[in-house]
Amino acid sequence: MSNNGYKSGSNLEKVLKAGHFAFTGECGPPKGANVEHLKEKFEHLRGKVDSVNVTDNQTAVVRMSSAAASAIMVANGIEPNFQMVCRDRNRLAMMADILGVYSLGVRNMLCLSGDHQKFGNHPQSKNVYDIDSMQLIAMVKKMRDEGKFLNEEEIDEPPRMFIGAAANPFADPYEFRIYRLANKIDAGADFIQTQCIYNMPRFRDFMKQAVDMGLTEKAYILAGVTPMKSARMAQYMAKMVPGMDVPEELIKRLQDAGKGKQAEEGIKFAIEQIEEFKEMEGVAGVHLMAIEWEHKVPEIAERAGVLPRPQVN
Amino acid sequence: MIVADRKSLEEIMDMIKPYNKILIVGCKGCVTVCNVGGAKEVGVLAAALKIGRKKDGNPIEIDEKTIERQCDPEYIEQLRDIYDRYDAVLSMACGVGPQFLSEAYPSQKFFPAVNTKFFGGAVQHGIWEERCAGCGTCIIHYYDGLCPIARCSKSLQHGPCGGSANGKCEISKDVECIWDTIVKKKMEQGRLEDLRQIRAAKDWQTARDGGPRKSIREELVQ
Ligand code: SF4
Ligand code: SF4
Repeated sequence: MSNNGYKSGSNLEKVLKAGHFAFTGECGPPKGANVEHLKEKFEHLRGKVDSVNVTDNQTAVVRMSSAAASAIMVANGIEPNFQMVCRDRNRLAMMADILGVYSLGVRNMLCLSGDHQKFGNHPQSKNVYDIDSMQLIAMVKKMRDEGKFLNEEEIDEPPRMFIGAAANPFADPYEFRIYRLANKIDAGADFIQTQCIYNMPRFRDFMKQAVDMGLTEKAYILAGVTPMKSARMAQYMAKMVPGMDVPEELIKRLQDAGKGKQAEEGIKFAIEQIEEFKEMEGVAGVHLMAIEWEHKVPEIAERAGVLPRPQVN
Repeated sequence: MIVADRKSLEEIMDMIKPYNKILIVGCKGCVTVCNVGGAKEVGVLAAALKIGRKKDGNPIEIDEKTIERQCDPEYIEQLRDIYDRYDAVLSMACGVGPQFLSEAYPSQKFFPAVNTKFFGGAVQHGIWEERCAGCGTCIIHYYDGLCPIARCSKSLQHGPCGGSANGKCEISKDVECIWDTIVKKKMEQGRLEDLRQIRAAKDWQTARDGGPRKSIREELVQ
């Protein structure tokens, strides 16, 4: 296969392999079949990021499928990072969707276990969890590198995906987090996108462990950034979002910024973070999750000095 | 054991509304142990139903009988002489009970008075918790005897997921994150490396996903 030594040949893979500091974005598909709405959201990201994560029934709320939204992106010349969760499909549906999106031009995918349906808008549903995120990573790798389905049958034209996984350095027990990351990389993750980071000392410590264990040699780690829109959002995330670590100082900093200026303070903090990540050993890029704030991405990218995005052929 | 909860009085009243003479059958097995369907509970339900029906101006006649087990044809035979004296029969066993009764006495109508929930045990007086999902291929030796299939909300074999916080599961502060416990136990024993393995996707054919299951013990089959 002629992919010039690339595993998938995706833009994200090329940017990372060339040693550039990657910058990825995110786009949640609409809660409806409104293609115009989707396009409007991702148009803000055009040229500003290397690839756009397309969430898969994020927080267990039904939305346009990430497969369809990813394909629409491909058709519009924007590179998606197709997210897939283990909650909603069994291994048959997963492999079928992987082949499907690949045939439609998708080249990156992010493997996740997914939020439990209890959080979403159909808590009554039956979940699947046939395989877990670790096994999903291994399955995609098997499909790509061995050209085989999970049952060992040969695949005619294997899907060549750049395989991503998530890491949350802030969930408990903390001591185990680095092991779980190591497992995901062993299972076959090519790149990692972390949960949004607010506790910088803890993240520095996590990255130091990753570097010491040689993990950053084996996979590209992208640090997760979500700009806070307000002190209230920060408080909400601190209290309500599981596995999220929002230090008091940050909440206070946003409060102190005063009315009408909290969003700007949130963006400032995000930019300071990105500046630090650029210098941090082992960090290969930033994954900016500007939840329902896609229109702010160009400004953040500009001010964080990550534009223009590199072109790698 | 199998843990069950009794259905609400309203629901039971509604089920048996058209009938005037019923039998309530208790079970001395699991549901007696979890205080749901033994002789005592049969008595309590009978009394409550009689009072309820009297209030509605539609009195009911109820007989009570509690047998050894409703998951065994041998004991179910004990109802042979009486089952057809009633308009309907309420079973206070787990879901197996009313089904075995229905199969043994096809002409009678059987209703479940309990909601059958899970395989678990008493963690303290009055509190029962799920411990096994009956997946058919036990793998808890990998996890120091703790079951992530039944006890992790996502049945993860490589947890804990990113939602684990302070030993609690992401779904609720009232739910223990079993993965937190598994990891801590490994850490205490200095065996965290055990969890550096990647496990193959589980074969669910031995679980309910393989269709209704059967267990045959050749040496006992006559
Ligand atoms: S692994 Fe399966 S059989 Fe063993 S305790 Fe868990 S659910 Fe039950
Ligand atoms: S928080 Fe723990 S118990 Fe809950 S789904 Fe995650 S790993 Fe499983």
